[in-house]
Amino acid sequence: MEQITDISGLEALREEILANRNKDKTILRTCISTGCKAQKSLKVVEALKAAIKEHGLQEKVEIKKTGCHGFCEMGPIMVVEPENIFYRKVKPEDVGEILSTLNGSGGVVERLLWKDPVTKELATHERELPLYSKQNKNVISRSGKIDPADIEDYIASGGYSALSKVLHSMKPAEVINAVIASGLRGRGGGGFSTGLKWKICSNAPGDMKYIVANGDEGDPGAFMDRSLMEGDPHSIVEGMVIGAYAIGASRGFIYVREEYPIAIEHLSIAIKKSEEYGLLGNDIMGSGFDFSVQINRGAGAFVCGEETSLMISLEGKSGTPRSRPPYPAIEGLWGKPTIINNVETLGNIPLIISKGADEYAAVGTEGSKGTKVFSLVGKVQNTGLIEVEMGTTLREIIFGIGGGIRKGRSFKAVQTGGPSGGCIPITKIDMSVDYDSLREAGAIMGSGGMIVMDETSCMVDVARYFIDFLMYESCGKCVPCREGLKQMHHILENICEGTGEEKDIETLTGLARFMSTSSLCGLGSTAPNPVLSTIRHFRHEYESHIHDRKCRSGVCKNLFEYIIDQELCNGCGLCRVKCPEKVVSGEKKKPHSIDNEKCIKCGICFNSCKFNAIVVK
Amino acid sequence: MKIQIIIDGHMVQVDNGTSVLQASRKAGIDIPTLCYHEALKPYGSCRLCMVEIVQNKQRRLVTSCNFPAETGMEVFTDTDGVKQVRKHVLELLLARCPEVPMIQTMARRMGIEKTGFKKIESKECILCGLCVRFCEEAVGAAAIGLSNRGTEREVTTPFKSSSDTCIGCGSCTYICPTACIEMIPDEKISGIRNMNMGRLSLELCSNDYKCTDCDIEQTFIKDIKSVIAQFRKKDKTQ
Repeated sequence: MEQITDISGLEALREEILANRNKDKTILRTCISTGCKAQKSLKVVEALKAAIKEHGLQEKVEIKKTGCHGFCEMGPIMVVEPENIFYRKVKPEDVGEILSTLNGSGGVVERLLWKDPVTKELATHERELPLYSKQNKNVISRSGKIDPADIEDYIASGGYSALSKVLHSMKPAEVINAVIASGLRGRGGGGFSTGLKWKICSNAPGDMKYIVANGDEGDPGAFMDRSLMEGDPHSIVEGMVIGAYAIGASRGFIYVREEYPIAIEHLSIAIKKSEEYGLLGNDIMGSGFDFSVQINRGAGAFVCGEETSLMISLEGKSGTPRSRPPYPAIEGLWGKPTIINNVETLGNIPLIISKGADEYAAVGTEGSKGTKVFSLVGKVQNTGLIEVEMGTTLREIIFGIGGGIRKGRSFKAVQTGGPSGGCIPITKIDMSVDYDSLREAGAIMGSGGMIVMDETSCMVDVARYFIDFLMYESCGKCVPCREGLKQMHHILENICEGTGEEKDIETLTGLARFMSTSSLCGLGSTAPNPVLSTIRHFRHEYESHIHDRKCRSGVCKNLFEYIIDQELCNGCGLCRVKCPEKVVSGEKKKPHSIDNEKCIKCGICFNSCKFNAIVVK
Repeated sequence: MKIQIIIDGHMVQVDNGTSVLQASRKAGIDIPTLCYHEALKPYGSCRLCMVEIVQNKQRRLVTSCNFPAETGMEVFTDTDGVKQVRKHVLELLLARCPEVPMIQTMARRMGIEKTGFKKIESKECILCGLCVRFCEEAVGAAAIGLSNRGTEREVTTPFKSSSDTCIGCGSCTYICPTACIEMIPDEKISGIRNMNMGRLSLELCSNDYKCTDCDIEQTFIKDIKSVIAQFRKKDKTQ
């Protein structure tokens, strides 16, 4: 490959790629990202290849192995272009039937289409799916559309134009000013202005500076960063080169957790290819600017997502945070000025440059600009990766895009911002999702995890779960986080087991306030959020656990019983058959009953009863 | 360059780069610490030295050991917020190490008779990291380290076996504020010691663990420096 040495070189290459494309070809966009791969999408690809060869369709049909489409629970996903027919849960044995519809007859394989769980209507095209139609995809717009291992696919879709514009027509200060004007705030959790951070680093003295992409996403239930790294790795590389140019860095690192092998593979290919094309390395695009990138694999500590721990881990030591000041932008990696940006933040940079700061900032709220990627999971009808404008309401996300709560149950809370975030109750369902509103509600934006909970989730148990996670992941350096979490965990365990004491809520609140003001790093200071927000919005649940020894959600096993409503039970016997302990008794077509002395409260009867006759008491 | 800051209403003049803690001690204002030692880089883990500062009209809690004093800064070392932090830190440490006299004494001095938290365990090490940092920064041996994380964190030699980098200087046993490190000679390997947490006479410190300007401290630092110098000389000649 000949290296690109100027702007016209990039444009010429783009035109060449587009000109060489056979527009009559049918493209089968098949997801090979983590979610779909786990559901054997590679087997589907193999079966497709064999079938295409068998039918001699090589000239008419092309398989494109893409990143995440977003609707991971429906994987493996395949979209047939140009019509954009959306097939879900595709199995290797379905490929013959799919290929048979491609002979121009215009048919679709109906049984592979998505069916709305409520209206039972079939959706043929991507745009008809509520999960997709209500989104505003920007950062993840290419994920699922392009082949992440093919740099030409990225270039063909407008990739590296922003870099070309920056290197050939903008001064570093102009780039920084554009990012400041765009209002972009860090997408990894803190929400600090990206442009200002760059400015501080750019002004810091030093001939050696670094830029680090933080892809150490560790929140339970979050997969935004992974999907971006897997589905559109070049956008991160491009954002990094632009950032490096702006602050004057010559070396960069991408810190990815080891548990993301596909992300590491795709990023490695992206780096290698962009070097081959002259878009990375020495004298990038003939501009005289040198910048190289290296991948560093994280060894699995959640705390390494915190910027000072990440740096110390990159230096080869065990990842524990250090106090700030000095801030990394002034004294970072090996004592040099360093910028650490989340991968999604970097993915926004090419958009800001291409669109211009004003157009970028036109979307969003006063204090939060642009769009944000969320992983919507939990008890919603449609789970997956979504991108919405800042300021979209929780209701729109959960009931619009997410399609509401499963099994006709009612919404209880949504947990945002990962383990350091908070739970937001139904009373705030119409609140705008942006940095400031979330903070006001006792939660945080975090990296963008959204876990939806229904009436069967116990909020004390949710707090206990997150504190348990954080206690395990705390580095143990400072007293508030290490000892405070241990005590919090102990108190919450007691409450869940039915041995909670009157003063526990007060002790938890006092401890939480102490931890948030005196911990060393962000992990410790935000760790009490799950406890504080659940006490604030669901205090009655704590009180009923402590005073009445009752868990009305049916989660804490010592604190509830399953009772069969004698009027609603029609004696179908399903619970009796399914009970693993054989403690349900009753005659056919007569109301049944549960022997609560022997019941292990596994919940199988509760979940299998079709008449809602089993209740939590 | 000299800078001026106000600590508890007193104007204090210190060199640029001085920490708030050093400046306070210079002014004769005592701030309790556990993980700080003037021979080492500040670490900021015990959080006992937290003070309230007002800078650019913003009031916040910071650790004084590693926060640089700046002109125009006002420091408060005895506010309710500061007292709350100290109370919580000591109560948590009392819950961790209920039997350690040094923690008991320190708590009592602050008016804390007993902890409000459950005594889930009974440890002697408070994980201040002084031994590990002294071994690395002052001695240069780095024979011990902190392993595991969170509640499992502990001070140990690599893989909990005899360390061949330990020079047997004894600094860790000396600097440990809770006196929970014992050095025992390894019969098989001369000059190499095992690390054993948990059994050292508390009578060692005749100064009731008041570390500021302690004579023993000064003598020790002098002694240890000569030990290190000898060790390095020996190392070079080999």
